[in-house]
Order: sequence, then structure tokens, then C-alpha cells
Amino acid sequence: MQTPFEPRIIGFLCNWCAYAGGDLAGVSRFQYPPNMRAVRVMCSGMVHPSLVLDAFSLGADGVIVMG
Amino acid sequence: MNITLHTLSEVVAFDGQTGNFNITIKQHPRYVDMDKCIACGACSEKCPKKVPDSFNMGLNSRKAVYIKYGQSIPLKYAIDPQSCIYLTRGKCRACEKFCPTGAINFNDTEKIVNLQVGSVILAPGYKPFDPTGWDFYGFGKIADVVTSLQYERLLSASGPCMGHLVRPSDQREPRKIAWIQCVGSRNTNRCDNGYCSSVCCMYAIKQTLITAEHITGPDLQQTVFYMDMRSPGKEFERYYEGAKAKGIRFLRCRPHSIEPGPDGGGVHMRYVTESGQVMDEDFDMAVLSIGLEPPEGNQRLAEVFGFALDRFGFAETSNLTPVASTRQGVFVTGAFQAPKAIPRSVTQASAAAAAASQALQSVRNSMTREKVYPAETDVRDQAPRIGVFVCSCGLNIAGIIDVKALAAFSKTLPHVVYVENNLFTCSADTQNQIGERVREHGLNRIVIAACTPRTHEALFQDTLQDAGLNGYLLEMANIRNQNSWVHQHQPEKATEKAKDQIRMAVAKVTLAESLKRQSVTVAQQALVIGGGVAGLSSALGLADQGYPTTLVEKNDRLGGNALRILDTAKGEAVGPWLSGLIEQVKRHPRITVLMQARVTHTSGSIGSFTSQIDVAGDTRSIQYGAAILATGAHESVPDEYGYGSDSRILTHLEMDDRLTASPGKIAAADTVAFIQCVGSRDSRRPYCSRLCCTHTMKTAIRLKTLNPDMNVFVLFRDVRTYGKREELYQKARQLGVIFIRYALESKPDVRAAGNGIRIACSDPVLGMPVEITADYLVLASAIVPNDIQDLVELYKCGRNEDGFLAEAHPKLRPVDMSVDGLFICGMGNYPQPVEETLAQSQAAVSRACVVLNQKEMQLDAIKSVVTDKCDGCALCVDVCPYRAIRLVELSPETASSHPYARKVETDPALCKGCGLCAATCPKGGIYVQGFSLDQLHAQVAAALAQHANLYEVVKE
Repeated sequence: MQTPFEPRIIGFLCNWCAYAGGDLAGVSRFQYPPNMRAVRVMCSGMVHPSLVLDAFSLGADGVIVMG
Repeated sequence: MNITLHTLSEVVAFDGQTGNFNITIKQHPRYVDMDKCIACGACSEKCPKKVPDSFNMGLNSRKAVYIKYGQSIPLKYAIDPQSCIYLTRGKCRACEKFCPTGAINFNDTEKIVNLQVGSVILAPGYKPFDPTGWDFYGFGKIADVVTSLQYERLLSASGPCMGHLVRPSDQREPRKIAWIQCVGSRNTNRCDNGYCSSVCCMYAIKQTLITAEHITGPDLQQTVFYMDMRSPGKEFERYYEGAKAKGIRFLRCRPHSIEPGPDGGGVHMRYVTESGQVMDEDFDMAVLSIGLEPPEGNQRLAEVFGFALDRFGFAETSNLTPVASTRQGVFVTGAFQAPKAIPRSVTQASAAAAAASQALQSVRNSMTREKVYPAETDVRDQAPRIGVFVCSCGLNIAGIIDVKALAAFSKTLPHVVYVENNLFTCSADTQNQIGERVREHGLNRIVIAACTPRTHEALFQDTLQDAGLNGYLLEMANIRNQNSWVHQHQPEKATEKAKDQIRMAVAKVTLAESLKRQSVTVAQQALVIGGGVAGLSSALGLADQGYPTTLVEKNDRLGGNALRILDTAKGEAVGPWLSGLIEQVKRHPRITVLMQARVTHTSGSIGSFTSQIDVAGDTRSIQYGAAILATGAHESVPDEYGYGSDSRILTHLEMDDRLTASPGKIAAADTVAFIQCVGSRDSRRPYCSRLCCTHTMKTAIRLKTLNPDMNVFVLFRDVRTYGKREELYQKARQLGVIFIRYALESKPDVRAAGNGIRIACSDPVLGMPVEITADYLVLASAIVPNDIQDLVELYKCGRNEDGFLAEAHPKLRPVDMSVDGLFICGMGNYPQPVEETLAQSQAAVSRACVVLNQKEMQLDAIKSVVTDKCDGCALCVDVCPYRAIRLVELSPETASSHPYARKVETDPALCKGCGLCAATCPKGGIYVQGFSLDQLHAQVAAALAQHANLYEVVKE
């Protein structure tokens, strides 16, 4: 049997909005899949293109920049 | 640290005078020890008693032990003694059994607290109007008739249906929704609320637009039934026009009654359109836009504190002292003073803070507390020695994530020399323990795997500083909010994710450096630009707070528009008061007034600005820590309705001038007509000038008082006498002023003739054309901002599309500008009457004092820094949204310290640490401290380390 696809996703979360939203999701107990690893940034504009490329080259299946 | 909250408390006694009041507070028992409660919610989960949730307007239930809502401050549970089974019937105590920290205390008792204070601010808010008794709207009888506040909760993601809008009768998504405005407002027939609640038009529009975001599809139909659409605030008219453009139907009529819908759900309404047609229509839901009433207990509050209420039960204030109650030293703010929305409530709150602190100026900072830390260890030459503290958070984390396995895993990570698992890492005893571990194990970097840095980073930074470590040698792994709470059904995967989170935190903190918070020496002086009411009262406020202030006025006269204003909305004479204000400013030892003056150059940033000012040809230089821009606005010159062609066609201020100069002549007129919205609310100026409706009412009443036989006509589009000004509209109608509505598409036609000004229009009530021959025609012309292009360029501050100065955030920071250290007030921000200008000025003073009160201003350490790799290409200069970066050419002397001839420099006072520069720089020439590219790369690598290893294995 094939194991189901479990994507590894790197998320860059803006401290002021998306990261705060992530916290609120917790307070509200919204359940979502545990596939994303969050990197907190001070603004989504801080995400250097090399970080995204780096994530893919290290095997990430997806990168999500939230801000 | 300098705010003490007394929750569940009421004031029972009050005496004394300004500077020395005694207050007796009765504090009701919470039955929960606030020091022990960690807001995990175990008590509430186990509590068997359900009661209607008042925060969700009774739409769902909460437990007897509860927090009002998720963002409560303090975030501590409380037991409602009226519902608790143990407190009412002596049995249960389930919460006590399950509380992991032993915070439940059924022996808690009522306490009396005595306080000595110098000033008092009252902010008890308002009470939503309850339409229960109004049978014709069916509220309480028809399930799908809800109040606007209930609807607000239905729309909210934290509401009873998690933001998935459903109607109460059958839990189905409504497709056709009607709003009925002015329920419990502008009504002297069924209730005594003769005032306009000010906020309902805008919230109804907001609800329609939010609904359209929640529910899509062509069959969504939203209708707002209204009397006058009142959107006189900044950007409000655009919002209203935007809603119309999106297809929201606005119908000017008042449905007589609401009946049950056809098959048990929804509602049926019969209403009459403007053209007189009787309509029958069904809706899935009806929302009653309820008004704001004075808060519960207002009478008692007024008795205890000894101040007066107005005839509606709101706190009585003068238009000239908008936050002072009638009791000296007691200030009022928010909807308790008059119905108002968030921006003006926030503004008024700052104004009240300024007024309250002014009386205490001589003892400022004498009771404030400041924390002292031990000297910081220099860790630059030390190898990383990381301590990891894994929090169980009771069962919040440990109930899902295997914290023991997590601790064991943490020990295997590079540089980690100490790991500990705590029941509650944030508890006071654990904080002390962390300090001891730092000393015992020589730790120089700390990872806390617990909740979110957004709420707890400051606490743990403090712990590190207490232990002699720089606060930035800390990293938090958010394994609660962003892990155990959101992966409750996948404990194994949650544990795996937590391991990654800790690996990422360790990788990042390994590269952490001690960061120094920069500080700026504050020039404890202020600059005020503009010598109208806003500028004068700001300057006086700042000077009375103890700060030397320079007031710059471009003209040769102080007073601005107020020189021509006769009285306030409440009828208080402006002239004598204004003369007094000008005298006070001129004589004040701490105020320098510069007339015929302009700011020509400006440099520096918050805390330390320098400007050159041209004073009638001479230049002088001033230094200041903060500035208030009170640049004002003016009445525009109309270019329609024959203005300029006939001396009987006047603007508002011209009519006021004539009423002052020769009232007898005006009183002899047979007919006077007003045309509203002249140059406002059209395509050229798509905003409402806010002042004109009230001004027209004032003048119309004055004319009718001078000569009751005079015919007074007002041609209007919507009457916008918001708040208590509605009383003026009522009075004008009672005096016989005739109001005729016109539409933007069919403006009145004006022709000057020998016997008078002929005004032709169509009366929508009569349904036929009418012609008025008036002795005078008054044009309510638009208010336009003064030309401040030079200041906008000097300070790089923002304006909206209409040219009014922009605030940093319209609701949360209404008097701050986007440039730190600059504040706005008065009509340069938006057209507003004297009392609002005064409140805004005091608010600007309050906000400026936050800067000026500090000798040294600490800045956050998360700022951009330039490295040796910067070659001065200046790509970052353009992208910086805060203009914090500039390019410098290095002189031969300084060039040796840098490999290139040019480089950029940052101004830490302007930098907000957003890192757009770092992401733009192609060569690592600039980065944000605490979020360096190396650190972010390390986190990404750590996040994928597990996977990368597996990947390697597969490849082999």
C-alpha cells in the first residue's frame, strides 16, 4: 500500500498578521493539517528569494509566504 | 507595570477634589486566583452548567466558569456566582477538581479597596437599545429578526457559528437580508431617544459588505431601509458609494412592521417606495440596526461622582471642554459622553488622558515604577550553551504532545547543554528557576518551547535580563497555539512537528547575538504648526503639561476659521472664548508664537527633529521631540448656483458675517433658502464635509428666532445631524423650517432675478416641481484642506485622496501620523466642529507627551544594520517604506573603515525592522538584527533536516 502524500511546507509568517492569525487559530482551536513549519518574520517583505529557493532545494514540497 | 486593573469592581464612594480624591471600590469575588490561572480552559470544559452567552448576545451558551471572550484582558477565568451550581446549591466543584494549577478558590470574598487618585476618567460605554417591547418588528417572536449586534456575532469568526453565517430559524445560509435603520434612535414616539446614534449607518454598510465576503453568488440580495444615510466621517462616503456600486440596495423608507415569513422561516415586509408604490417582499432575515443608549447604572455613577447627565442620560459636557464632566477633576470619554464610533472614542480617550494628567503635571513620574536589571554578560566570545525549557502548559501541550520525548530529543541537538520540562514555564517560580539554571549551567542562549512569542516573548526576555543575559538571546518555539491546540487529533504528528519547531528554534538562537536597544536623547520641546483652534489648544495643552512649545502660524493673525464662527452646536459663544484662548497662548511663558512663519527645512526623526523656520524673512532654527500638525481647512468658494454673480447668494460664513454685522437687515427678509452639499459628495469631492448640516440648522434656527414669519427652506440630500445634533434638526422642523430633498442627478436650478433668487426643484413628497423666490440663498459649500504641499514634502507624511492629512491607523491610532513623532488634529485631518477639534487637539497633546515625557527614548532592537558587503548600490533606498535608509559617500578619512566608496546608512529611529531592504539586497549588505538571513536559512534547513536526511537515504 502506498503511504499517502504528506507534503512538507515551509511557511513564512508575518509577525503582525499571519503569525497572529496562526495564534488566534490556536485560541479558537481551529484544526488544520500539521504539514507546515512556520518561520516567523517581521514582514513578508523580508523573505529573500534565496530562502524560498533554499527551501525547495532542501526538499520542501511547497512554500507559503503569508503577510 | 504602571497600570493596575481592578476587575469585577464598582465604585461605591467618592470624595475630595482635583489632585486628591478618595475612591472606595467594591471588588466582587472572582473565585479564581488570577496569579494561578493560566487560562487553559479546563475548568470551563468540565463545568456542567450552561448559561446564555451574553457576549454573543444570547445566541449560544457559555459555562458558569468562563472568560467573556478570547481576547479578554486579563485573560483569566471567572466564576459567575449567579449560575455556578456550587455557589447556588452547594454541590459540584468540578472546576476545582480539574484545574491543573489549583486556581479555583471558592473561599474568595468581596473586598473593599480604597484608592487615592488625582484625576478620574469615566468610560462606562453604552447600552445597546433593546427592541424587545416593539411588537411591530417581531423581535423575540420571529426567529429570523435579529439585532445588529446579534448579526455582528453571527458574522464573527469567534461567534456562535464560527463566521459561517446562518439564520437562527433553520441554521440555513440566508440569501436575502434586510436592515432597518434607526431602531431606537431618532425616535421620540416609541422611545425617548431623540438623538442619532451616529454609528448605525456605517455599521450596517459594513455588515452588508462583510456578508458579501461570507456569502457569494448572484442570488445574494441585501437591502438597507433608511431615513437619511449618515456617513459624515473620513472615508465614510466612499465606503457608502462603494457599497452602492457593489449592488447593495438602499431604500429610503421605513417598513411599518415585520411579519413572519411564508413557511416559518424569514420575514415578510410591506413598505412604500419613494414613488408611493406599496411593496410586499419576503426576506430570509431582518436585522434591526439598534441604537446606543446610556449605560446601565449611569444615574448611580452620576450620583456617586457628583456630575450632571444630559436629558438623554449621557454625561453632560461643554462643547468647549469636550471631555470634562461637570465635576472638576472627573473626565468622561467614549459613548458615555455621546454616541460615537471607535475613531472618535479612541481620540477622546487620549484627550481624557491629557486632561487628567494635566492636573497632575507637578507630580509627574513621582509614582511610576521602573525596573532595574543586573549587568549583562558578554557572550560574544563564548561558544553557544543552549538551555531548552519545554512547557507542558498543564495539559494544553502535554495532553497532545509527548513532552518527555520532546525533552529527550532536545538534548540531542547541537549546542544544547541543558533541557528541562516544566508544568508551566511562565509561572513565577519557573522564572526564578530559569535564572538559577542559567547560572548553574553557564547557559548563554535560551529556547522556550511553549506558547506564542507575541504574548510571552517580553516576559521571557525579562527573565533573561534578570539572569544577566541579553533579552535577544532567546527564541520561542510555539508548540501550543500553533501546534497542540490545532492538531488535537494527531498527537504523533504534533510531536514530530514540535521536534522540528525546537530544532528550528535552536538553529536560530545559535546564531543569535546580544542586541542593544538604541536610544535617542529626546528634545523635550514641541512644535505646533497652525494657529487655529486646533493649533492654539494643542500649544496650550503641551505648554501646560510643562513642555516649551513653538507655535508657527503662516498668517499674521491667530484664531483661524473660529474667528468667524458665532457659536458651538450647543450654543456657547465662540468669540469671547477664542479671545481668551489666544491671550492665554500669547502670555504663556512656555509658548513662543511665530507669526507669518513657515517651516522651510526639517531633519531628524522622533525625539529629535530640527527645523528651520522662516519668520517674516528671518530664519531661525528649533529643535523638538514631537510636532503637532494643525494645518486646517477652509470653506471652498462655490462655482455653481450663481455664486459670485449676485450679492444675495452667500456661503455659510458670509451669512454669519452678515448676521453679526446687520442682523436687522437679514431678519427683515421674507424668505431664505439653503442648498446643502455644494461641492461635497460629488465626483469632484466624494466626501461629506460633516459640518454643513449642523451649520444650516444653527443658521435656520437663528433666522426663525429673529423672525418667526420668515420662510426658511433647506434643500438637502441627506440630513446628517449626527449624535445629539439631531435635536437641532428637530428644533428647526418644529420652528417651521421646510426641508426639500433633491438628488445629485437633479440639482436645484438657481436664477437671480430682480425680486429675488429663484430656485426651482422637485419636491419628492409632493411629487411635483416647486419654485422658491428667496431674498437670500445660502450655499453650504464644501470644506477643503489648506495647501500644505510644502509640509507634506518636508515631513514625508501622507494625505488621503482628498488632501486631508492621513492618520497612522484610522481607528487605533487616529491622531498619530505614519511618521513617528508627528501628530495631527483639527480640520487638516478632516472637517470637524469645535468640540471634536478640541478633543483631537487634546488627544494629539496626550500622544506627543508620550514622546516628550522621556529624556531618553528606547527603540526596539529589531532594526536594519549595514554590513561591510554594502557597496552603495542603493537598491534598498527605494524600497524602504519608512525612508529610513540614505546613501552616503565616504570621505577619504572614513573610507578606510569600509571597503567601498559609498554605502547606505539607516536611521534606527525610522526603521521598523520590516526587512524589505534585506530581501532586496543582492549581496548581504544589509540585514535585520534578530532576523538575519543566516538565521532564517538556518531555520529553513532545520525545518527540513529530518526530511533531507530521509531524502539522502532514499537517494543512496
